[in-house]
Amino acid sequence: MKREVVFKTIGFIGLFVLALLWLVPFVLILVNSFKGNLFISQNFFAFPTSKSFMGGANYTTGLGKTGFVSALRLSLFITVVSTLVIVLVTSMTAWYIARVKAWYTSALYYLFVFSMIVPFQMVMFTMSKVANMTHLDNRLGMIVLYTGFGAGLSVFIFVGFIRSIPIEIEEAAMIDGAATWRVFFFVIFPILRPTAVTIAILNAMWIWNDFLLPYLVIGSQWKTIPVAVQSYMVGAYGQKDMGGFMAMLVLAIVPIVIFFLVGQKSIIKGVTAGAVKG
Amino acid sequence: MRVSTYIKKWFPLFALPTTLAFVLAFVVPFGLGLYLSFTKFQTVNDATWVGLRNYTNAFTRDTDFVRALWFTVRFAVVSVITVNVIAFALASLLTRAIKGTNIFRAVFFLPNLIGGIVLGYVWLNIINGLLIRFFQKDITFSSAYGFWGLVIVVNWQMIGYMMIIYIAGIQNIPGDVLEAADIDGASPWNKLFNVTIPMVAGSITICVFLTMANCLKLFDQNLALTNGAPKNTTEGMALNIFRTFYNQQEQGIGQAKAVVFFVFVAAIAFIQLRATRSREVEG
Repeated sequence: MKREVVFKTIGFIGLFVLALLWLVPFVLILVNSFKGNLFISQNFFAFPTSKSFMGGANYTTGLGKTGFVSALRLSLFITVVSTLVIVLVTSMTAWYIARVKAWYTSALYYLFVFSMIVPFQMVMFTMSKVANMTHLDNRLGMIVLYTGFGAGLSVFIFVGFIRSIPIEIEEAAMIDGAATWRVFFFVIFPILRPTAVTIAILNAMWIWNDFLLPYLVIGSQWKTIPVAVQSYMVGAYGQKDMGGFMAMLVLAIVPIVIFFLVGQKSIIKGVTAGAVKG
Repeated sequence: MRVSTYIKKWFPLFALPTTLAFVLAFVVPFGLGLYLSFTKFQTVNDATWVGLRNYTNAFTRDTDFVRALWFTVRFAVVSVITVNVIAFALASLLTRAIKGTNIFRAVFFLPNLIGGIVLGYVWLNIINGLLIRFFQKDITFSSAYGFWGLVIVVNWQMIGYMMIIYIAGIQNIPGDVLEAADIDGASPWNKLFNVTIPMVAGSITICVFLTMANCLKLFDQNLALTNGAPKNTTEGMALNIFRTFYNQQEQGIGQAKAVVFFVFVAAIAFIQLRATRSREVEG
């Protein structure tokens, strides 16, 4: 019994120290976002003093230079709309694939599964060319591209779940004379809701953080947050405003932390479910 | 009453939107990419057939691609081991009714939600800050700095995620199995190696698969943290392909490398799945 108590105390202290260490990167970026440029490069690990403290100046002047606000708006738009579209259309397609027995539904299913193992580099050049040719290289087109490239995993998870729903439910509804689209939206989709949350979380995380696709397809005109962060860091004309950059990193992380605090339970559940099925 | 026949005629409503987007974003680019890897081209329209020349050039024109492959393999092996060992250790501690478990879980999981680009730049500042302070050098000085920097970044990012999967696995072990081991007088190490680890084999499979796939495909962190410096020695395969396309303007060779990369990643995934499937049949 006593050994158990000692073990737990040591375990707690170990975890506590490790958890603090885990948070150090966040704290360091936050602290430095309040320091002047010179002081950031001089000593990254010093707390702000009266001399190096800048107040909110990095946030007010730095953000203008980095174009953060428009990047935030674009990221929000693309992430939210694409996620909603993906959940809607892939759940419909998955229902069709799971319930219609035909050569083309199984062909489609295996194509979707196949697409999950293909690394983005394989299609990155040709996809951006196709996007150019079909005029998808704009903010709305991005939603089509994300739907297409995200379809594999989403359809795969939805199909797996729909196959576990007894088909008698649909049969009963159809005998009652419900139209096909009603059967889907009023009978099946409510059953799919937990899976839909998983799909939404997985896709939202992916799209929010994705760099290469928006960089290659629309990066020269419109920048999402990751693209804006990267291009500010790389495209340094003259002296880089490191203070502004720190403020930008902080603001890039804040929405994610809020998202996590709000939906912690379903995020962890969704991510685990996605992993186990995928 | 066949549900199938009822739904069948609704293809345009239910399946067409996804299928169209999928064809545009994946099927056509994939097929076109495969074809273009056998051609010389700048813009797609000007492609002329060159057979396997891009593939031989990918390996022989310079040594960067082979070096990138080797870098990716070393990086993936080291990271898969460290991520999984640490994540498993954390999970087994956090399933033992220690106070504050939920807060610890949340803290360790949080970095996983942050994208590779932002993560890479956060750590670039920290690592450079440390190196400049203590050695008056930065991360571009040595490939070892870049390599271990990437290992640290990926560990910080993925440990929390894998820990969550391990926790779910450990919590699924029936309590009486561990009790039986206690009654038989098994030592903690015995219990770990003979009860816990075999019982979470499924979680181990998933986690190794996921970490391996993520490490092989690593791009964003690589671009942000080192961008290959010094002299391309910290360049993974994905980054090497990107730079062949967009820095060297060698589209044909880049596309051939991309095909090799795809086959390599798919083969490793396939071998892993085969290995676990045969093990599951035995067990």
